[in-house]
Amino acid sequence: MPKKIKGKVVIIDYGMGNLFSVKLACEKVGMDALISNDKSEILKASALILPGVGAFGDAMETLEKSDLASAIKEFIDSGKPFLGICLGMQLLMTESEEFGIHKGLGIIKGRVVKFSSKKDKVPQVGWNKVSKLENGTNWEGTLLRGLSEKDYMYFVHSFYVLPASKDVILSETNYADLKYCSSLQDKNVFACQFHPEKSGEKGLMIYKNLNNLICQKKN
Amino acid sequence: MKNIRIIPRLDIKGHDLVKGIHLEGLRVLGQPEQFAEYYYNTGADELIYMDVVASLYGRNSLIDIVKKTARKIFIPLTVGGGLRTLDDIKNVLRAGADKVSLNTMAIKNPEIVREASKRFGSSTILISIEAIKQPDGRCMAFTENAREFTGVEILSWAKKVEELGAGEILLTSVDREGTGSGYDVELTRAVAESVSIPVIANGGAGKLEDIKKVIKEGKADAVSLASVLHYDFIKNHLDAKNSSKDKNEGNVEFLKKGKISAKIETAGLPEIKSYLAGQGINCRN
Repeated sequence: MPKKIKGKVVIIDYGMGNLFSVKLACEKVGMDALISNDKSEILKASALILPGVGAFGDAMETLEKSDLASAIKEFIDSGKPFLGICLGMQLLMTESEEFGIHKGLGIIKGRVVKFSSKKDKVPQVGWNKVSKLENGTNWEGTLLRGLSEKDYMYFVHSFYVLPASKDVILSETNYADLKYCSSLQDKNVFACQFHPEKSGEKGLMIYKNLNNLICQKKN
Repeated sequence: MKNIRIIPRLDIKGHDLVKGIHLEGLRVLGQPEQFAEYYYNTGADELIYMDVVASLYGRNSLIDIVKKTARKIFIPLTVGGGLRTLDDIKNVLRAGADKVSLNTMAIKNPEIVREASKRFGSSTILISIEAIKQPDGRCMAFTENAREFTGVEILSWAKKVEELGAGEILLTSVDREGTGSGYDVELTRAVAESVSIPVIANGGAGKLEDIKKVIKEGKADAVSLASVLHYDFIKNHLDAKNSSKDKNEGNVEFLKKGKISAKIETAGLPEIKSYLAGQGINCRN
């Protein structure tokens, strides 16, 4: 296990979803994690995690009102590692069509759209595989390092992201008669639709990779 | 492509893992954390902890067990039994649960399902429906481990909880529970086809074929099972006599004698999953 380093990982608390399992996963791999909505704590963080389940519109409203949206953008501009999970991934996009059109944080260009399928139930609840794009990004050097295309992750969602550029897509997943983007990375911003903290030992590898990335930055 | 989830269900009384028949006559089997860790390591897709007496006595020693478990197990953990208020839900989630299972609280005050779904997210709220077939053929919901008749009919209740924002339904056939005589396929199918949220079939698994049947014919999105797995673990991996030494509460006769019901053909998770794969059913392996 890598040694503990100074500078906490901050998990953004904006009243959406269960942050405790994210904290436990961080601690499991040796990271010191803090659940906070304090802007100065966020800007001091060694890495920032935006989790979340729930409605896109409500989440954006809370982030804007509490000035967290600007803190997130400022943190990302600093170049330090950022991880968005589930709704936290969707919020990075330009806009979402969940119950009307809502503006997102606009950090990744693209939209959030709903599954429609006669074959598969919506929401998707359960385990599914992540696969590389044809001629897509190698996972070495990303937070998916060490994972293979046989590995399953745990998903709970009705909406998925459609990035404007294929270049940011790290993995795709098959559901509801289509292949959709299940994780993405653009420079220091990593995001996944699945819950790595609920995806067993394979999911914990993503947290380990995040920890390694922080350790590299520090040295 | 849908992958069927296999979910061990651990009934808890005080600090012990227990198992009953028709949710009654509880036997002490061992320590829940020990079973949970084993299931995690052998491929469980999720876990359910159900405090089977908390509703009756208003006690909840579950929090300690959840805290210990959540530090070791990184798959979804659902916790139920005795949750009465939104604060109860919050406390269980803070201890490390990912979802809560509600029954009594939801039936007494359906609006609380809407509030809980809004506050904690739909995917966090699982509604447990305990079904008993009535002499007139109707299937009715019960609470308090099937001791309290509610007068609520299953199908309309399932549709209602979906509309209120629940994320999943845990459907228990009390008639089959603990008997090993197979899931209630008809009941499962009726509920699964009437809602679009996932339905977890529970109660009655006695052999591998039962699991296949409730998935293929019952249209279950996930299956929950207890006896098949617990007795397999005890038989193969646990010195049952040792673990019963310092138990002085509950029925420990079973552990002393080590007898397993003839109706239960025990199996471990890898065995179940490879069997299902052979039957053309997708699951994580």
